[in-house]
Amino acid sequence: MSERLYPVTIEVNGVKRTGQVTARTSLVDWLREHLNLTGTHIGCEHGICGACSVMLDGAPVRSCLMYAVQADGHRITTVEGLAQPDGNLSILQDSFCEAHGLQCGYCTPGMLIAAQALLDENPRPSEADIRDAIGGNLCRCTGYQQIVEAIELAARRMAGDTK
Amino acid sequence: MKSPPFEYARATSIEEACALLAEHRDEAKLIAGGQSLVPMMAFRLLRPAWLIDINEIGALKYITVEADAVRMGACTRQCDMERNDALAAAVPLLRQALTFVGHVQTRNRGTAGGSLVHADPSAELPLVAQVLEARLVLRSQSGLRTLAAASFFEGAMTTAIAPDECLTEIQWPIWRERKTGSAFTEISRRHGDFAMVAAAAQVAVDDDGKCTRATFGVGGAAPTPLAFPDLAQRLVGTRLEKEALRDVAHDATAAVEPGSDTHASASYRRHLAGVLATRVLQSAYDSARAAP
Repeated sequence: MSERLYPVTIEVNGVKRTGQVTARTSLVDWLREHLNLTGTHIGCEHGICGACSVMLDGAPVRSCLMYAVQADGHRITTVEGLAQPDGNLSILQDSFCEAHGLQCGYCTPGMLIAAQALLDENPRPSEADIRDAIGGNLCRCTGYQQIVEAIELAARRMAGDTK
Repeated sequence: MKSPPFEYARATSIEEACALLAEHRDEAKLIAGGQSLVPMMAFRLLRPAWLIDINEIGALKYITVEADAVRMGACTRQCDMERNDALAAAVPLLRQALTFVGHVQTRNRGTAGGSLVHADPSAELPLVAQVLEARLVLRSQSGLRTLAAASFFEGAMTTAIAPDECLTEIQWPIWRERKTGSAFTEISRRHGDFAMVAAAAQVAVDDDGKCTRATFGVGGAAPTPLAFPDLAQRLVGTRLEKEALRDVAHDATAAVEPGSDTHASASYRRHLAGVLATRVLQSAYDSARAAP
């Protein structure tokens, strides 16, 4: 059975990308399989783990709970889009390295997207704000404490506080 | 898992959505935020031949505060409800409930109407709709009808909506009593998970602290969210003294029909229903008394 293809034009990390997708192609599958942007991870594929978090028009969403065809005409930011234009890690990404905010790395892209969205909206988050913002992202290496510390470090660094 | 194959149509107006529903009827499902529908498709619990996407219909996204109700477009995102201060002032129970709804990522996508038509028995917004006696506007090509929440929710994941109907608007009643308080709480394994049991209440008092109006209900303890208008009526004229609260909670506990699953036994859910109902009534009463 051949499934109908739908044309899409989606701005991904600042670049207009076009493609033909089946209706059931999830946004995360399109990003990974068609654009080879494999930074975004697929975990549970039913909206529980948060590993597939991306930003849709600037707001974090789960890319396994959206079909690529629904993103037609919208703007997506993936973890690849967080790095600086020269390819160096962003302050947030570097803070994850510095504070040991990752172990196996599976949840990391989702954590980074959730954290970036938080810092975009609230540059001085409390620990409770941080825990709430990453509440929809599962880490199975028991690494939450260091993830929280990494986001706190990033917030301090972005505010120009170097200690 | 991946969703089964389907055909996709993006509706650009309510009329177009209704026309597509009329054409495909029970072969089609509307997709709003997709936060419940897409997992059900991934699990192959649903296999619609068509998905009609209503996310791009601007006419389904609004929050309008009127004299006696807030009118809300069905495709209003939960994050927009959460952030709307006028809504929080008019119907405070909604913001209180939304802090328990999923996570940032799901609230950014999930909609008011989607949660109501999905009708998960433990979901927060259906409970608020039931407790506040919200009215739901359903539209099809043959016209409009408005249902009270009590006649909308028919069973677990089952509502009175017909295959060719689209929920277009939710009307959340505003209580105009000056001293009004409300409260929402729930117990779940982790914050953001499905509630084992949830409870919501709203109470108004006079200047002497006597209750003049009350409503409360519980979710997760029956196939639909339950409101207890007759029991709440018994609190009117009291100061929600311990005995009055205990009697009402006791009778509410007797009226629930919870199920058992891996998360909680029926008897534990029944126990929670009584405890949480007492807690939200007390807390709503206290904040009503503290209101200026």
